[in-house]
Amino acid sequence: MKDEDIFDEMWGRHETLRQPYNLFKHWFDGEEPARLRAKQREAEELFRLTGITFNVYGRAEAEERLIPFDIVPRIISGLEWQRLSRGIEQRVRAINAFLHDIYHGQEIIKSGRLPERMIADNDAFLPHMIGVNPPGGVYTHIVGIDLVRTDDNQFYVLEDNARTPSGVSYMLENRETMLQMFPELFASNRVKRVETYPSDLRSSLSACAPPGAGSSPTVAVLTPGIYNSAYFEHAFLADQMGVELVEGHDLSVVDGRVAMRTTQGYQPIDVLYRRVDDDFLDPLNFNPDSALGVPGIMDVYRAGGITIANAPGTGIADDKAIYSYMPEIVEFYTGERPLLENVPTWRCSEPDALAYVLDNLEELVVKEVHGSGGYGMLIGPTATRKDIAEFRKKLRARPANYIAQPTLALSTVPVFSRAGLSPRHVDLRPFVLVSPQKVNITPGGLTRVALKKGSLVVNSSQGGGTKDTWVLED
Amino acid sequence: MLGKTANGLYWMYRYLERAEATSRLVETGQRIALTRLGSSDAEWRSILQTAGMLQSFEASDEEVTKDAAIDWMLRSRANPSSVLTSIEGARQNARLVRTALTHEVWEAVNGCYMTAREVLARKVGERDLPKVMGEIRQRTALVRGATHGTMMRNDIYNFARIGTFLERADNTARILDVKYYVLLPTVMSVGSSIDNVQWETILRSVSARGGFRMTYGNDYDPGDIASFLILDRRMPRSLAFCVGKIRDNLEHLCRTYGTTPESLARVSYIQDRYLTRDIDSVFDDGLHQYIQTVLSLIGGLGAQIEIDYRFYE
Repeated sequence: MKDEDIFDEMWGRHETLRQPYNLFKHWFDGEEPARLRAKQREAEELFRLTGITFNVYGRAEAEERLIPFDIVPRIISGLEWQRLSRGIEQRVRAINAFLHDIYHGQEIIKSGRLPERMIADNDAFLPHMIGVNPPGGVYTHIVGIDLVRTDDNQFYVLEDNARTPSGVSYMLENRETMLQMFPELFASNRVKRVETYPSDLRSSLSACAPPGAGSSPTVAVLTPGIYNSAYFEHAFLADQMGVELVEGHDLSVVDGRVAMRTTQGYQPIDVLYRRVDDDFLDPLNFNPDSALGVPGIMDVYRAGGITIANAPGTGIADDKAIYSYMPEIVEFYTGERPLLENVPTWRCSEPDALAYVLDNLEELVVKEVHGSGGYGMLIGPTATRKDIAEFRKKLRARPANYIAQPTLALSTVPVFSRAGLSPRHVDLRPFVLVSPQKVNITPGGLTRVALKKGSLVVNSSQGGGTKDTWVLED
Repeated sequence: MLGKTANGLYWMYRYLERAEATSRLVETGQRIALTRLGSSDAEWRSILQTAGMLQSFEASDEEVTKDAAIDWMLRSRANPSSVLTSIEGARQNARLVRTALTHEVWEAVNGCYMTAREVLARKVGERDLPKVMGEIRQRTALVRGATHGTMMRNDIYNFARIGTFLERADNTARILDVKYYVLLPTVMSVGSSIDNVQWETILRSVSARGGFRMTYGNDYDPGDIASFLILDRRMPRSLAFCVGKIRDNLEHLCRTYGTTPESLARVSYIQDRYLTRDIDSVFDDGLHQYIQTVLSLIGGLGAQIEIDYRFYE
């Protein structure tokens, strides 16, 4: 792609500094590159000491690694954010309405807007949830919406993370690091606060407690344990919220409640923020081999004795095959046109779409319907012939397993490199909290950046880094 | 607090204490070997024995040499009490109980781990030994300092302290258990140079030389040494001191939780029956017999604490 094909969030398409970056650029020009490089190293040292690491699956030595941090912030104007957050709120409300409908009357199928097989044949659909009413009617207590940008006013939703979105600890630590390293930047720029996220999370979760819970519900975070790639985040959030971090073997069903084993006996839990997949949640009801979950928790849940956040079965809403129907879903439940666009998507299960995809593999991105983390995908324009030939075979063998999208010219934001400021592709994951009373969107989110020049893969497991994300008060 | 968290705190601080105890013994060995003529390998054998590591070392089929002994005590992953394994154990447990620790304590223990991994990445030569040991000692001291300076005095702190003092009592008792014979009052060898080395080893291995001199002057007497290490409540590694601390912390827990568990009865029994008497009566009972009894009572106390506070089930 040529340079002017790509929208840079600092320089636009034509090397004209965009307004939100004015003050930052002014500051940057006054800084010694050597000092900034030292600061960059200092940031890494800070992260290492704090232990902000993630474990990479599939590596021989299950080592902890740091996600690289870049000191140039990604800056969004207040007006841009206002537009975005309206679109996000609309989408999240639609997702919750959709989940309720899918597990109750299935009106959207009756209306013909969504083919029945999309639900019936979908592994992410959880029959155990049919007819269940989660406390407060909330399914997705925490959502991360992945956005990409291609132009001044053009954002697309790349993915909805409605199960257990991760990354919020990086959003918080990135800000903390920037505040410590460059306090002067926050004196000149008026940046909206993200630091309230943990207390917002706690009150949002508490507001979703079952009716019998009383005025200060007991909240706990359920983690698969210290070997999980996101363990740092689980511990971080529990710590910041001031609640217990529990594992499956700390929990038991006692007198019809889910309770944790404390030094003083069993104490019941009202709201469980689980970071364990549905399948592992309850060995009695789901995967019998799971050692991560709590036997019988689903029975307590169905009886209204505990809030599980996010609700089991929400995966149906962020399934990539369902994704392609999101515009219809938003319209069906809100009666409004979607404010945020979907990336045009070919469902390879449909013969016409498959034919088109097979003819145009060199230009498309092909993804597994159930994949995540940037694994098992093909990026046509940068793939080798061999990769493409292999994918062609896979597509023919199991077409329903794939979707395809055009390769978007993702926007870039500069990173600070040896050569000074160099553009790199980014995406954005804002975090959304849902309670019966409100939808709360933290201003900012996690900006992931592909550190390799020209690369479009921002996933941390594949060499991506992160940036602090600023939303300015206009 | 979760039972698992109590367990993790207890082990985090046990491992930390163990790392310090092992590194103290390495320094003792180094010091003794440097200042004595004759076979230093024999001295290292004695040090390994004092550390309770001679058996496991011999099982590894290596000859006892200075280098092999130092490496075994500092870095061997086959040795569950080496400085490196202990610090890794402390940090692993700290991750487990991350939410119970202050930011400062976590950073200190993580920093300690990073330093240990770095300075113990390869064999430590004799010349570098003092510097390496110094760095590790400083790092573990930081964890201790952060603990005292930033942690609430609540049940979290109690479990941390109980782990610390159980490990420490166990360490001191083990050193006494393998070295008891040099403390027996025999007319024959008192004052001989062999005994002097042995006594120095014992005192150094519990960082007690200065304290002992302050209390008793420059004359080493085996009875005084035994009394100092077992019964002296001013000496922070004596059995009486450690068991007293465990009791204090258990009493605090009882007040907090409003319960009176079995472990409190046990700790009171150990203290009242064995640690509030004079050293002559200990010798009358038989020093070795006495120490073995106390050692097994301390082991039983640890097991009872795990049950009382639901560490596992």
